[in-house]
Amino acid sequence: MDTQILAAVVEADLGAARAQMALSLGWHIIVACLGVGMPAITLIAEWRGHRTGSPEYQRLAWRWAKAMGVLFAVGAVSGTILSFEMGLLWPGLMGIYGEVIGLPFAMEGIAFFIEAIFLGIYLYTWDRLPPVPHMLSGVPVVVAGVASAFFVVTANAWMQQPVGFDVSNDRIVAVDPWAAMFNPATPPQTVHMILAAFMVAGFLMASVYAVALLRGRNDRYHRLGFLIPFTVAAVITPIQIGVGDWAAHFVAENQPAKLAAMEGVFDTGRGVPLHLGGVVVDDEMRYSLNIPNGLSLLAHWDPNAEITGLEEFPEEDRPPVNVVHWSFQLMVGIGFALLGLAVWQAVAWWRFRTLPRSPWFLRAAALSGVASVLALESGWVVTEVGRQPWIVYGVLRTSEAVNPAPGLVYGFVVVSVVYVVLTVATVYVMRRLARDGPESVAPQERDVTDHRAT
Amino acid sequence: MPLPEITLAVLWLGLTAYVLFGGADFGGGAWDLLAGGAERGSRQRALVEHSIGPVWEANHVWLIFVIVLAWTGLPSVFAAVASTLYIPLTLVALGIIARGAAFAFRKASTELWQKRLFGATFAFSSVVTPFFLGAVAGAIASGRVPPGIAEGDLFTSWINPTSLISGALAVGTAAYLAAVYLIRDAQRFGAADLAEAFRRRAAATGAIVGVLSAAGLLVLRADAPRLFAELTSGAALPFLLLSVAFGIISLLLLVWGRFYLTVRATAALAVVGLLWGWGVAQYPWLLPGVSLEDAAATGTVLAASLAALAVGALLLLPSLWLLYAISQRADEQSGNGGSTGAST
Ligand code: HDD
Ligand code: HEM
Ligand code: HEM
Repeated sequence: MDTQILAAVVEADLGAARAQMALSLGWHIIVACLGVGMPAITLIAEWRGHRTGSPEYQRLAWRWAKAMGVLFAVGAVSGTILSFEMGLLWPGLMGIYGEVIGLPFAMEGIAFFIEAIFLGIYLYTWDRLPPVPHMLSGVPVVVAGVASAFFVVTANAWMQQPVGFDVSNDRIVAVDPWAAMFNPATPPQTVHMILAAFMVAGFLMASVYAVALLRGRNDRYHRLGFLIPFTVAAVITPIQIGVGDWAAHFVAENQPAKLAAMEGVFDTGRGVPLHLGGVVVDDEMRYSLNIPNGLSLLAHWDPNAEITGLEEFPEEDRPPVNVVHWSFQLMVGIGFALLGLAVWQAVAWWRFRTLPRSPWFLRAAALSGVASVLALESGWVVTEVGRQPWIVYGVLRTSEAVNPAPGLVYGFVVVSVVYVVLTVATVYVMRRLARDGPESVAPQERDVTDHRAT
Repeated sequence: MPLPEITLAVLWLGLTAYVLFGGADFGGGAWDLLAGGAERGSRQRALVEHSIGPVWEANHVWLIFVIVLAWTGLPSVFAAVASTLYIPLTLVALGIIARGAAFAFRKASTELWQKRLFGATFAFSSVVTPFFLGAVAGAIASGRVPPGIAEGDLFTSWINPTSLISGALAVGTAAYLAAVYLIRDAQRFGAADLAEAFRRRAAATGAIVGVLSAAGLLVLRADAPRLFAELTSGAALPFLLLSVAFGIISLLLLVWGRFYLTVRATAALAVVGLLWGWGVAQYPWLLPGVSLEDAAATGTVLAASLAALAVGALLLLPSLWLLYAISQRADEQSGNGGSTGAST
């Protein structure tokens, strides 16, 4: 009896640790996407403003730079929590494999530094430098942001495809850190993630202006504020779908249990259909719409290819199926919906040189930001939950990596409360920033002057 | 020097930078807390905000640098420390979130009640966070973190005499450094009265930190005799003496009331002496029974990471110089007109 209670407590702590990791990562990733995508979009606006001399571009660039200042701070602190949590929650992972994934994180640290430094310079020299040097000071921010996304995702890719090390007696005896960093999962995952960051940033920013346009503020400022980020995101969407297909092929080759979970396939076979929708009950996919031979075709470019079903894996080696299946459906569905939106705009632009007239376009565009975030989160759920029960695929189980200290549940509760408060405050402050009337002073200058005067 | 030693030295350099720069940013928050009511404290708060605004994020990255280098270079030690001390470290993490976010939000908000709310969060977490960081340092210094995962006591490992005194010392040091740095910033800001106020505060906190350090030594004697012996007789002694000497010089300069740029250096050196004294005294033992050699990662990892950091440093140093130069020059410019700005 006692051991049963104990086991339940340990189980609860493991659940709490996972939930806490998922919450902190899922939160950070949204801000991180803005941190990767926004500087580039802002620079585009600033550059257009410089070329055309039109004040709307300049005001937009300034407004976005100001928001970036706040978001970067939030991104930095939420990222710091993550690096703590790697140790606090998963000492069994870090104590052994910390050195294997250390190299990309060390490089990521440098990238963060560069990003923080040049963002500081970019914001503080807003009207102290001539336009061209000022824009140049923003370029390292863009490069470092993309680089940090690349580095951190290589670490995650290693957890999917662990290579580049030798273990004996629970101790690492040899490491090839470059091989670990450039593991087979790295190319598709990093490209897919970086494109996702630009999509999320673009659609989220565009959503804000779509709402304003819907409310009748149909002036040049708001139209441009919509068009620049929307165009960036729209151009990337079709490429992202292609890269997603690459990622799926990769999973099919290298993580058969994950692919089977994504598609809810239990029986190994040839010519396996693609399941749309449906739920898994008692190890069987029900109520799904089946496209004959679809999965074999998509995963291996061969309608007769063999797909390994979950039956091949012992019960304790299977990831949860419904979560992974539905997350995958959601990501793909949203990807195609966003593609539709992008095509709609492209056609209208090509034929009339304007936005589509229909208010439904703006309504859909107003939702595109939230939708792209949902795609992003569900993509990560596919990747991370689909990897279960392994924290390092095939090498280390999540349950062996978790901190065995009691009380993780309380930590999770406290951290959740903090994140709720942080979310409310961030949304509130961003809304304030969006609502303030257009201004003409440099972002940081004004804060300081204001503060002095109060 | 062999790779593990170089790695440890680089890690300690990062820690030093974090204490000197990041620590001062925390201290700025402490002075924000003590600045008084919204009316009376507003100029002081403006000064603090102005001084740390452009640099705190860059300063903050030093902490991430230390954490990442710890798990890369000393994975098992990192895991032992993080798992045993997960309660104070979680509190540190929450403090960092509250502080950074509130600081950014306060800047972006316009209404008084919001500024108050975010300001109070920023200031309060600025005091609490270094305390827990200090307590963690005390836990390691007094040998209360055994090797292995979550092997230490979850509470007494960080609630003990050494941890309490080092926590207090961390808060005091942060406030001291901040006050010292702020004197010069206030001068440049054209606010002579604030400079004078921070001079007095710097002298007072300096004295308090001195007393705390002495008390800390006594506590160590009872609580961590080995570390105490190393500090007072071994290779660490020169560092300790250096720290004491620079501490006294700083106090004299402060009381005398001049050379504020020099005080910045001497005050920093006093803190550096303490930090490196601890490091040298503890070396080569990281945890009880675990030496650097036992814990260090494999050579290829250390070599690759150090090489990456060296290349990174080539990019970073000029960038950092540019950031500090630009923010100081901007001050100089606004400082001329600032005498009116600062006294409104
Ligand atoms: C805007 C976001 C977005 C959109 C529209 C898509 N994805 Fe995605 N997807 C991600 C954002 C994302 C992600 C969040 O960025 C993930 C998680 C891990 C990763 O590398 O990328 C991801 C992971 C991910 C994986 C798992 C990779 C792994 O486990 O290693 C697959 C198979 C796909 N995606 C496939 C697709 C397909 C076929 C899409 C076509 C519509 C698609 N994604 C659209
Ligand atoms: C380099 C990047 C990442 C690393 C190193 C990483 C690491 C981890 C670790 C250590 C865990 C806990 C073990 C587990 O339950 O699998 C985990 C779980 C998880 N991560 Fe990641 N992660 C990364 C990126 C992300 C991102 C960006 C997300 C965004 C949403 C994410 C979503 C999740 C989720 C949902 C879980 C929980 C899995 C479960 O409940 O079973 N991960 N990740
Ligand atoms: C795929 C997932 C991730 C991406 C794309 C990503 C990207 C970023 C970016 C762009 C920033 C800069 C801050 C900003 O612009 O808002 C950032 C900050 C940070 N991230 Fe992440 N991150 C990811 C996951 C993680 C994980 C798993 C960790 C730690 C284990 C982490 C640790 C950090 C840290 C420490 C910072 C703060 C750096 C600073 O102070 O500037 N991130 N991240």
